[in-house]
Parts: sequence; C-alpha cells; structure tokens
Amino acid sequence: MALLEVENLQTHFRTPEGVNRAVDGVSFSVEAGETMAIVGESGCGKSVTANSILRLVPQPPGSIAGAIRFEGRDLLKLSEAAMRKVRGDDISMIFQEPMTSLNPVLTIGRQIAEPLRLHQGLNRKQVEQRVVEMLGLVGIAEPRRRAREYPHQLSGGMRQRVMIAIALACRPKVLIADEPTTALDVTIQAQILSLMADLKQRFRAAIILITHDLGVVAEIAERVMVMYAGRKVEEAPVTKLFRSPRHPYTRGLISAVPKLGSSLATAQTKLAEIPGVVPSLKARIAGCVFASRCALATDVCRRVAPALEEKAPDHFAACHFAAKATVAA
Amino acid sequence: MSEVILQVNDLKKHFPLGGGVLRPGRRRVYAVDGVSFQIDRAETLALVGESGCGKSTVGRAILRLFEITAGQVVLDGTRIDDMPAGALRPLRQRMQVVFQDPMSSLNPRMRVRDLLAEPIRNFALAKSAADLDARIDLLLEKVRLPREAKTRWPHEFSGGQRQRIAIARALAAEPDLVVCDEAVSALDVSVKAQIVNLLQDLQREFGLALLFISHDLAIVEHMTHRVAVMYLGKIVELGRKRQIFGACKHPYTEALLSAVPVPEPGAARKRIILKGDVPSPINPPKGCRFHTRCPYAFDRCRVEEPELRPIQDGQFAACHLHDLPAAQNPMRAAGPH
Repeated sequence: MALLEVENLQTHFRTPEGVNRAVDGVSFSVEAGETMAIVGESGCGKSVTANSILRLVPQPPGSIAGAIRFEGRDLLKLSEAAMRKVRGDDISMIFQEPMTSLNPVLTIGRQIAEPLRLHQGLNRKQVEQRVVEMLGLVGIAEPRRRAREYPHQLSGGMRQRVMIAIALACRPKVLIADEPTTALDVTIQAQILSLMADLKQRFRAAIILITHDLGVVAEIAERVMVMYAGRKVEEAPVTKLFRSPRHPYTRGLISAVPKLGSSLATAQTKLAEIPGVVPSLKARIAGCVFASRCALATDVCRRVAPALEEKAPDHFAACHFAAKATVAA
Repeated sequence: MSEVILQVNDLKKHFPLGGGVLRPGRRRVYAVDGVSFQIDRAETLALVGESGCGKSTVGRAILRLFEITAGQVVLDGTRIDDMPAGALRPLRQRMQVVFQDPMSSLNPRMRVRDLLAEPIRNFALAKSAADLDARIDLLLEKVRLPREAKTRWPHEFSGGQRQRIAIARALAAEPDLVVCDEAVSALDVSVKAQIVNLLQDLQREFGLALLFISHDLAIVEHMTHRVAVMYLGKIVELGRKRQIFGACKHPYTEALLSAVPVPEPGAARKRIILKGDVPSPINPPKGCRFHTRCPYAFDRCRVEEPELRPIQDGQFAACHLHDLPAAQNPMRAAGPH
C-alpha cells in the first residue's frame, strides 16, 4: 500500500457559466521517500489537485469526489476537526509566494512555532529550541536573532526557507510543494533545490512537487505525472519521460523548451510550438482533451477519450496513438 | 552591414530614498551605475541578471520613461537623454516597448482596433481612413491574430494572444528598436515558444533591433545575438552569444549559467551554488560588487572595482582574475556548461 493514494479525483467548481472540471478523474500514488512531480501549464489542474489533497478547496463552489487515502484512511471522509490534525502535521505544504502566505504581523519564530504547538504538544522551551533548530536546518544564519524578525525583514529566498521550515517543523510524511521556486531568482532557486534534496534525504518524506519548469523536474523528481486540461495524460519515471515521451503533449512541452547550450551544438532552429490554446474546461470534452491541438488527432480522438494505459513497463500514457508517437519521435 | 541604432554611454540612474519632494533624502538606490553598450540594426541584445540588478531600469531609461542621473542615450546618431520632451515626441515613434504583463499595459476599455490605431494616429502614419484600416488588418495578420479580433476587448483574449496585441501595437509605430521587458516571462511554455518565434520572424522581416530584457537564460540563448550580464547596476560581462554561453569570462556569469536547471535528467554538470543573497543596491559592496558571493575573490577584489574591459574579440568582462597569470585564473578556460 502506497503512503498516499489518490483515486479518481474529481474537483469541480460551480460557476455562473457552467461547471468547471478543474480536475477530472486523476489517480496517482506516492511512496515514502519518493519525489513525484506534477507538471503542466497554467490551468491544467495541478494546483487544484494539490489543494484537494489537503481539502483546501472552498466547498462550495468547489466539490471534491473520489478518494484520497493517506496511510489507508480516506481524507475526504474525515471530519473537519480530524482534517485539521492532518494538515501541517502528517501532510504539509509549501506555497509559491511566501510573502502572501506568511503572516506579516507575526515574527517568523512564532509562525514556525504554530504547527509545533498545535500538533506536537511541546512546552515553550522545547518549541523555542525546535524553532531555532529548524531555522538552522534550512540554512538561515543567526537563527536566534532571525526568529524574532518579521517577514518583511527577510529577502525572498530567506522567506521561502522560512516556509520550508514551517512545512517541515512537524516532520511531515508528505510534503506538497506548489511551485516552490518559481518566484525566485536562479541562483536562489539553486540554493532552495539543493536544500530540498538534502532535507528529503534526512526526513524520507514523500514530496509532491508541482511545477511548470521541466528543468526543475529533471533536477529533483524521480517520477513525473503530466497533466493537461484537468486530466492526467502521462506518467513515468523521470528519465523515461524525458528520453521517450509517449504523449504528443509531453513531446510538445519538452521540445518547446530551449536548452542551455543550444547555440553551441547546431545551427539555430525554431522552437517547436504547440499550436492553439488550452480548451475551456466548462464544457464536457467527449474525446481526448488534447485533440484540438494535436497533430496526430483523428476522428477517434475527438469521439472517444483515450484511457490511461501502460505503454511500456512503468510508463503510462492516455493516447490512442501513443505507440505511433514513439516511432515518430 | 552593421549600423548602430542605439548607443548608451555610462548610463546612471540613482533613485533618492526617503525624504519628501522638497527635501529628498540623502541615501540613494544605485539602480544603474555606469552602463555602456550599443545595439545594431536588426540585432538582438539581451540584458540578463537577477531581480534588482537594474536591467529593467536600463530599458526604461532608454525609452526615457524617467530622467536619467548621468550618461548619454544616443538613438541613431541623435542624443535623446537631454532633449526637451516636445522635441523627443516624434522620436518616440522609433522606439517602442513590450512589457511583461499585457493585461496591465493594454487599456481594458479600448477595443483592439483602437489600441492599434492610437500609435498610428499619434504619429500620423496613415494617409486616410482606409489606410488606417488596412494597416490594422496587416498588423493583426503579422502577429497571427484573426481579423475579427479588431472588435474585441483585451479581456476576451488569452495571455499569449494579449501579448500578440501588445507586439502589434509596438509594431504599429514602425519602430527601429523594440524594448522587450520580460515580454515572454509570464507565458506558459507552449505559448512562450509561439511568441519567441513570432518575435524572431518579425525582427527578420522588419529589421528590428531588440533589447531583450529577461532573466530566462535558455530563452535568451535561443533568440539573442549578444548578451550583457548585469549585477547590481553594472554590466559584468558582455559578449556574443557563443562566447557567453560557451566560454564566459566572469565568475557571476559562470554561476548564473550553472544554476539554471536543465531539462535533462542525470545531466552531469559543474554546479556552483552561490552563498547568500544579492547585496542591496542602496549600499553596494566596496571593490568588486560581486566579491561577497564570488568563489574566487581575492584581496584586490575587496578594495578595487574592476572595469569592464576587452578579454577577446567582442567579449568584455569586469574581473581582476584576468590580470592573474593564466595558471591561476579559473575563468581562463571556463568550458561549455
């Protein structure tokens, strides 16, 4: 049994224009000590998937269906009180923009202490000790002094380190990181990624990394799930996914990203484009969600939604032509 | 054939800090502190660096969106930084800008038709009403938007389409130089590729010079001819694309390139993780501005500021390492990453 199993997750939002199927039947699982990346472009449902796991989706207008089993317990069936015990303790989350997710009027020490007080029943002295320990762990110099400072006194990179310290304070079993480095500069991103890799080794937490940056994925993920328009279109170990992507969308994504050093190798080529735009999720799409932008699409794609099938060992894709796609690659 | 369209000499822009209108504070933000470069016609120069390095300030200073503190900006032989606003107006036609977020740079209460007509009317480019219509249709065609887009409002478009409108509006004035300030940074991967290809096609077709301000090094490498790397208000390295990405000569460039995650699992690369954050431009470090984070800094770097000087044909770096004997210079043969 996997540590966290998500089965047929459907998160829909009621809007005046119709039901928005932000996540439409997504299943996956993560093991302890594993890093899984969820990639896709804006609006593909990756953040909604993450928020659904912690039940952070406002209901209504949202509604979550399916099953989210953490250590065998279905989180969707828990009471709100029981769910609060899970959040920040067993499963915690790092958000993209630390300036909006940290409380500006509380010292960072107090914000790191909050989950410790709520979940771990430590006394004041122990809490204080843990706060300083956590700040040191995420590489903040002079942790004792910093603990008394406010978020605005810290740089962006340091704020993100504080977010990580808060998320890890209770030694969670699952850590969800939603675009943890997107707002940061590359040199600071490199610091944070190496910190996350280091902490993962230490705590053996499962990490669900949500990102649109394929470079970050290649850097720290072991398994990758590609989402498009609320559905999972491909899943594979990271090397397989980058070496032999099966789904035309994944192939498009990979070839649309220029690689560093490209100017040295060959003559300049054009970037591969994926024509068109992501379809609206408010109308039910009968066939394959990618059909409207896919070069390989035929009538069957527009009529019948392809099932997610194992196209090669441990390599899943939802495409009627996945085999053909490989030949073309 | 190379013809200089823009020349920037020792540009400085300091922002006063605190104080009021009548008594400005004495402290200053040294946002741009002595930057020089030139751009040829039909050439792309990329300005790269991390947030706060002053790259956007350079772009805005060239467009004269504010007055500069010192230095010169010369557009096609005419010095424009000290020109009265009225005299500058007709020259504004020749330099246009595309910003990062088209939702805030396009007026939400104007239809696409009016957005595109404004610069054409402003600079009296159309001979007649029919000519104006024809120009708008052509612009939409050039940025690959349907003709029906004319009658719609900015909010009806996706992010990528809105950026196409912003590009069409920049082109409407028939400029020589377009400043692209993080013009593709907010776009999704697949759409980013569309806009990058579009910019390259338009540059070829109209012989546009582009000042491409970006923090995305892979995109920069894909589309630029030359690169200027900025750190804390100064250019630390300047060179042709292959020189910068193949054999950079400044430790900051080296660290910046090595920090970019590459979409290739298991790629073996030399990784330099810089310690700490970028120092504040209010109180930049003495000596070389990069010495506080530089893995190779030695005594001289802490006291004497290095000048940007030629290292080899077309490549400039501001680093004392190049005065050391070759055997002691780690930047001598920095290979491709």
